[in-house]
Amino acid sequence: MTAVSPGVDAVPLRDVRSSRRGDRAFSGLTLAAGGLVFVLLGAIAVFLVVKALPALQHDKSSFWTTKVWEPDSTGRFGVASLVFGTVLSSMLALLMAVPVALGVAVYTVEYAPHRIGRFLGYLTDMLAAVPSVVYGLWGLFFLLPHLIGTQTFLNHWLGWIPLFAGAHGDVDTFSKSVFAASVILAIMILPIVAAISREVIRQVDPAQKEAALALGATRWEMLRTAVFPPSRPGIVSAVMLGLGRALGETIAVALVIGNTFDISAKVLTPGGNTIAANIANRFGEAGSLGRSALIASGLVLFVITLLVNLIARYVIYRSGTAERSAV
Amino acid sequence: MTADAAAVGLRSRSLTSRTLSRTTLGGAVIAAVGLAILLFAVTPLQGVADFLVAAAVLVVATVTVLTAAIEGRRRAVDRLATSATLLALVLTLLPLGFTLGYTAYRGAKRLTGDFLTHSMAGVGPFSPHGGIYHAIIGTLEQVLIASLIAVPLGLLVAIYVTEYGRNAFGTAIRFLIDVMTGIPSIVAGLFVLAFWVLALHKGFSGFAGSLALAILELPIVVRSAEEMLRLVPASLREASYALGVSKWKTIVRIVLPTATTGITTGVMLAVARVTGETAPVLLVVGNNFYINTNPMKGPQASLPLYVFQGAGSSSNFDVDRAWAAALTLILIVVVLYVAARLLTRRNSLARR
Repeated sequence: MTAVSPGVDAVPLRDVRSSRRGDRAFSGLTLAAGGLVFVLLGAIAVFLVVKALPALQHDKSSFWTTKVWEPDSTGRFGVASLVFGTVLSSMLALLMAVPVALGVAVYTVEYAPHRIGRFLGYLTDMLAAVPSVVYGLWGLFFLLPHLIGTQTFLNHWLGWIPLFAGAHGDVDTFSKSVFAASVILAIMILPIVAAISREVIRQVDPAQKEAALALGATRWEMLRTAVFPPSRPGIVSAVMLGLGRALGETIAVALVIGNTFDISAKVLTPGGNTIAANIANRFGEAGSLGRSALIASGLVLFVITLLVNLIARYVIYRSGTAERSAV
Repeated sequence: MTADAAAVGLRSRSLTSRTLSRTTLGGAVIAAVGLAILLFAVTPLQGVADFLVAAAVLVVATVTVLTAAIEGRRRAVDRLATSATLLALVLTLLPLGFTLGYTAYRGAKRLTGDFLTHSMAGVGPFSPHGGIYHAIIGTLEQVLIASLIAVPLGLLVAIYVTEYGRNAFGTAIRFLIDVMTGIPSIVAGLFVLAFWVLALHKGFSGFAGSLALAILELPIVVRSAEEMLRLVPASLREASYALGVSKWKTIVRIVLPTATTGITTGVMLAVARVTGETAPVLLVVGNNFYINTNPMKGPQASLPLYVFQGAGSSSNFDVDRAWAAALTLILIVVVLYVAARLLTRRNSLARR
């Protein structure tokens, strides 16, 4: 033994024992930290349920179908219009953001020269670094007045589509609306979808792309045949993660949405609400039952975003772990 | 037609087929813009934004039709795709420019040394005075405490996942961390409200806000630290083991120092993210016009909250103050962000 490894038995046995103890303590510490993640997520679910129960038990109407929010005065409240507004605004935001995000991702990776592409990547990421309250302030004082033209245009030419119909044909009333919220949301989720798609597209095997070009494909045909098919799972999860972000966005939406409780698909007319925005706007005036009711609505939001995120992660994990680092 | 070309469905093209020269393309673009100008001169159409949209549509249409006529359909589709990606780039950079530019324009008016060094104590909504000193103190304390909680904890989780957790439990934690990144900030706020403020009766405080921010910061720290730890070459660990160094000392003395630059970058980006978070702070910190330096007791102010409340005020003075505070917030976040990016360049582990 001594002849084979002279360095090892120079270490006194006591030191070996203490370093083993150190090993056990350290791995125990990291394990505890990991376990804390489990506890934390469990605690979030448990405490939201516990504090939502008082309001749910006192709700004098049906929580899922009621379109008013008066937990403290009449005791009637429900999430019907809130869930509708949350899903509607997020879907509209996706419709606007995803094509642009994919375009900019493709441009930064496939069209722009390497250095410029990297710089454009930084700029796009910067869009994600702007705090949501700044987007809200900007949306309220800059975007809302500048959107009136677009809203009038959409209403005038596409008003026959129920989505773009006006309330009374009166265009002057366009202001805080689901449409304005969707535009802000689109700007906010654009960098997320773009950043993930960019990394996914970057990971496409260059040999595949060169093969397509060598066969005489144009750049677009190369993108369609060699880049998009292998990127699809990554892009799908990017869109789902963007959706998750849009569903839960609070402050920016709270400042530009109408804060009403009707279910209407007329996105240009004043009104609309989302779960998160309602919490931000109603929290200040809420009594103890009101707070409990808001927590109940937050629980609904938690479950919805959890499902969306689980689907996104499932798509990535199924497609292989290579893309996880990108997302 | 060669066999290969037939395989991908390409039409035969002789080497001398007609192509559009750059001059012709440039002429077409100028002609399209000219047509747009003419259109806006003689018809009731007006407005800068409308003109830009109309000009862009006309340019893209002209170039596409011209290419289709001379170079064929495939080239035309290719040009259209190129135009579309360029358009997407413009649509991405426009909001960035308008947000930063307009915030700088509105915020610069009130952002003075006086504004940074005074609180709102005794300042009414319709007074032109007041500042954000109390909010800066609140935000700094809340973010610092959140980071003191989230960074060590996040590092330990990342170490477990990369160095120890090569089992089902480790995979499960990785998955949960991924899911945690998707928790809306308002839900983190509601949890701290339900747990700390309501169930434990601790009341509103800066520390409650720190707890909520820590929940949001934790998964970001874990993800970035995990990625950096994975980039540390296995040969370094093996060399250390071969010298008889125990596993935990290898991690603390060899692996972590190697990954420090990358981990620091991740932490800075995480801090930048939570500094601007308003929703959780709104629910659990309360609000305060006065300076409260004690994060453990009583409501505190914070920068994002200051902006949110100013935005909803009917007083123009409040709105002006909100813009100046928003500019301060953006400056803090951008400085953190740029510093993190500069640090990345010095990171020998990073791939790009």
